[in-house]
Amino acid sequence: MSVLAPSPSSSPAPAAAAPLPKPPPERVRIGGADRDLVTHLLYAGLGALALTWLAYDRLLPVSGTIGFWLTCYGTFIVMLAAISATTLDRMAVIDRVVGVLVTTAGLALVSALAGIVIFTAVRGKGALGHLNFFTETTAYIGPDAPLDQGGIFAAIIGTLEQVALSLLFSVPLGIATAVYLSEVRGRLARLVRIVVEAMTAVPTIVAGLFIYSLAIIQLGWDRSGLAASLALSVSMIPVVTTTAEVVLRLVPNGLREASLALGTTQWQTVRRVVLPTARPGLVTAVLLGVARVIGETSPVLLVAGSTNELNYDPTHGPQLSLPLFVFTGMRQPLDVAIARAFGAAVVLLALVVVFFALARIIGGREPGHLSGRQRRRLAAGARAVTQNSAQGENP
Amino acid sequence: MSTVTLPVTPAPRPTPQRRTITVRPTRSDRVFVLGARAAALLTLLVMGLIGTFLLIGALPALRSQGWGFLTEHEWLPEADKFGIAALLWGTILIGVFALIVAIPVSLGAALFISEYAPRSLKKSLITLVDLMAAVPAVIYAIWALFFLQAHLLTVAQWLSVHLSWLPFMTVKVPDSPSSYTSSAFIAGMAVGVVVLPTMTSVMREVFSQAPVGEREGAIALGATRWGMIRAVVLPFGRAGIIGGIMLGLGRALGETIVVYALISPMFDFTTHPFESGTNAIAAHIASRYSESSGVALAGLLGAGLVLFGFTLVINTLAGIIVSRSRSGASTEI
Amino acid sequence: MTLDAISPTDSTQVLPVSRERGPAGLVAEAVSAWFGDHQVLSDVDLRMEAGHVTALIGPSGCGKSTFLRILNRMHELVPGAALAGQVLLDGEDIYDPARRPIESRRRIGMVFQKANPFPTMSVYDNVLAGLKLTGRKAPAKGGADDLVEHSLRSAGLWDEVKARLGTPGSSLSGGQQQRLCIARALAVRPDVLLMDEPCSALDPTSTRRVEETIRAIAGEVTVVIVTHNMQQAQRVSDRCAFFLAAEGTPGHIVEQGLTTDVFERPRDERTADYVNGRFG
Repeated sequence: MSVLAPSPSSSPAPAAAAPLPKPPPERVRIGGADRDLVTHLLYAGLGALALTWLAYDRLLPVSGTIGFWLTCYGTFIVMLAAISATTLDRMAVIDRVVGVLVTTAGLALVSALAGIVIFTAVRGKGALGHLNFFTETTAYIGPDAPLDQGGIFAAIIGTLEQVALSLLFSVPLGIATAVYLSEVRGRLARLVRIVVEAMTAVPTIVAGLFIYSLAIIQLGWDRSGLAASLALSVSMIPVVTTTAEVVLRLVPNGLREASLALGTTQWQTVRRVVLPTARPGLVTAVLLGVARVIGETSPVLLVAGSTNELNYDPTHGPQLSLPLFVFTGMRQPLDVAIARAFGAAVVLLALVVVFFALARIIGGREPGHLSGRQRRRLAAGARAVTQNSAQGENP
Repeated sequence: MSTVTLPVTPAPRPTPQRRTITVRPTRSDRVFVLGARAAALLTLLVMGLIGTFLLIGALPALRSQGWGFLTEHEWLPEADKFGIAALLWGTILIGVFALIVAIPVSLGAALFISEYAPRSLKKSLITLVDLMAAVPAVIYAIWALFFLQAHLLTVAQWLSVHLSWLPFMTVKVPDSPSSYTSSAFIAGMAVGVVVLPTMTSVMREVFSQAPVGEREGAIALGATRWGMIRAVVLPFGRAGIIGGIMLGLGRALGETIVVYALISPMFDFTTHPFESGTNAIAAHIASRYSESSGVALAGLLGAGLVLFGFTLVINTLAGIIVSRSRSGASTEI
Repeated sequence: MTLDAISPTDSTQVLPVSRERGPAGLVAEAVSAWFGDHQVLSDVDLRMEAGHVTALIGPSGCGKSTFLRILNRMHELVPGAALAGQVLLDGEDIYDPARRPIESRRRIGMVFQKANPFPTMSVYDNVLAGLKLTGRKAPAKGGADDLVEHSLRSAGLWDEVKARLGTPGSSLSGGQQQRLCIARALAVRPDVLLMDEPCSALDPTSTRRVEETIRAIAGEVTVVIVTHNMQQAQRVSDRCAFFLAAEGTPGHIVEQGLTTDVFERPRDERTADYVNGRFG
């Protein structure tokens, strides 16, 4: 039972010749993949390719490229399992196979998105190359007119106007409702919250149908951009409300209490402290709402009417919008129309990405997360409240 | 002489009366509260109007057809014979196909992002999935129409031919690829891609909240990564998985544009999902609204009402399931 | 207080276990550890004798838990973690690239500070979880029942749960949950059991039961226990090592040896200060 001598640095031994400094310890390589994993993957991969190549079309009842790669993949997994079983136990083999399957699923998801974006961009390239695509409309030209004529200008105007109007209706209503849920918290709150959350998932066609039967049939309105923006609002309000409520609830209660303790009314607290503090998150809520409705086709399909003409007036007459343009274009049996539709699709996709990115940048990763800058703002807000009181200024 | 102080029990005090605190709100507060309440009521009204309006508008159709509205599969309003039976069946069928492809992929992708992906990639992957959920349906539709369908035709043909011993898998003209276009299968696959990101997002969020203590417990026992996932992450995330699936189903049932663009409408029960021809409620509404009036329009409203009810129930259930569970307490769907 | 003061009660009676060889000992040689660029352990040499209980004592933040987690390859799960040196189990380095961490963890079990039974599994299944997770089958023909009973007895929990083996693991009290985790760790017959402050969240009665368990299993399993409680170290351990990390320097062992020696005849002044409660 030997006791190892304590290391030189700790012993209170009298000063002797200082021991030679030990060389810096060599770090052990840990983590990283199994040593065998790479070789096993390689063998399995090559083997699967070879086997499928040989057996293909001759022995197996599959054909075509897709079939080839699917069979190759299946063989790869079987071979990987077999090869791994030579050196590993059952649990580890299963772990490996599951790892491959899960990674495939992840790659499938990513490649689906990449595929959609790339495919749309490639097919839309033709139309996008022409400047007239952005400046002209498709009114007064034949449907088979070449790509150097006509464009999506009417659609862009329509989308902008409809989204702007929809914002006009949804944002005040949504944020005010969120304020009710988060600050006033009356008896209705629970009911309102349940209803609003349920509404976030209602199909947009139902919203369109609702406005169609209400405004166009019952009230006898024209099919117009205004009706479309109403239908969009029905979809937008729940999104803005739920996101805004989350954001408002995140404002630390301490700030509200600090303000109330200074003798402010609740309204003043909300107006001067809560809302400004939550501003980035509220902007996110709005931007997310925009990103959600900007590409909605079904509501506008029902109530915006069909036209190719430029219509600046949302209250009278049918109005075109980007998603509608894509939808009608893609169903026509004319290559040119389809090419234009793809071009419009690229523009729409770009708009959605821009708003989405803006929402993320301004609002932080999620409405529930405060970025460093937001935390500093919160701190500054708190300081401002106390400074105001110290100067005796009326809040 | 010493004075002795005797302990005297003090007279008992009366039990304290609670005071009622009255607050007299200022004028501005009263306005504020009223204003906020009005906004909330307005929101409630708008949302409630949807249901009521659909109901009122659908009444003529429901009255004229009675229960036949749910059992009739033809859509001939001029002959006073119309019902959503075939539509309902097709909607559900497409939803099922969508789930068949979406459940394994979303589960795998959610596990990948939460458990397998290298840390540096995680944030980007999460953003990617959220972005995918924000892509408008019409873009999925155009991609599905011109890319997915073309590539799925061979797969559909292979499946139909090799599983032809199952009666519903066959098509009338097996050799011609065009028999497989515009089918419930193809529409289902496309809708599956549409609902993938939402489902993945919900599941991933739930998985990432599995408690570290239990994870370490499993690892310390010598479990492999998959063993730990099976023992800790999946049981913990069960409600999130179910909730995610239900959300996906709700979304799939209501998907209009993708289905409308792909299918060729048919008003009989889709008995052969690989055969061209099917229908769904949302797509039907979108295709017939402009030419319908009177009782036909009422019929469309009725169809919309049924769809509305379906999705409401499914989504509310999903919300309850997720929030009641251990994992859902802090998850927002 | 001598070590005999705690003796296993009837309910902790440990049935004889058949094993081809006795428990293995662990030896740490020149172990250093980093989190990123921050070094937390420096040049730790420690011999943890087979079949004995070794206590790691010292104030908080000096790397005891990090060292413990190096012993069963849990340290590397933290991103940016690195280490140097060797850890020999029965003479073989567990960090050898040819060895998978899973194999080492199956021989070196761990009980955590916060009890972590699997809440969706019953008590019965929790005990067997270690076997199931590693793909091993319980011994056939009622062997599973015997193993569960044996493990729960070893952990001193059998009498309290024998009537409710089917209830979920989360339904037990804190002390019971911790003993369930000990039973779970013992069911896989590890060579070494690492315990990271297992009683810090428990009430005194549960603490006492756990300490009884430690004494009872000591012969069959090598135990390494991190503890803040010096009296506990004196009660349960045969040998002990005193860790210290001065301001800004990585942790290291100041003194180690027989527990009685370290507490009654410490050689280093800092050890004397610590065991007499003058700091930490």
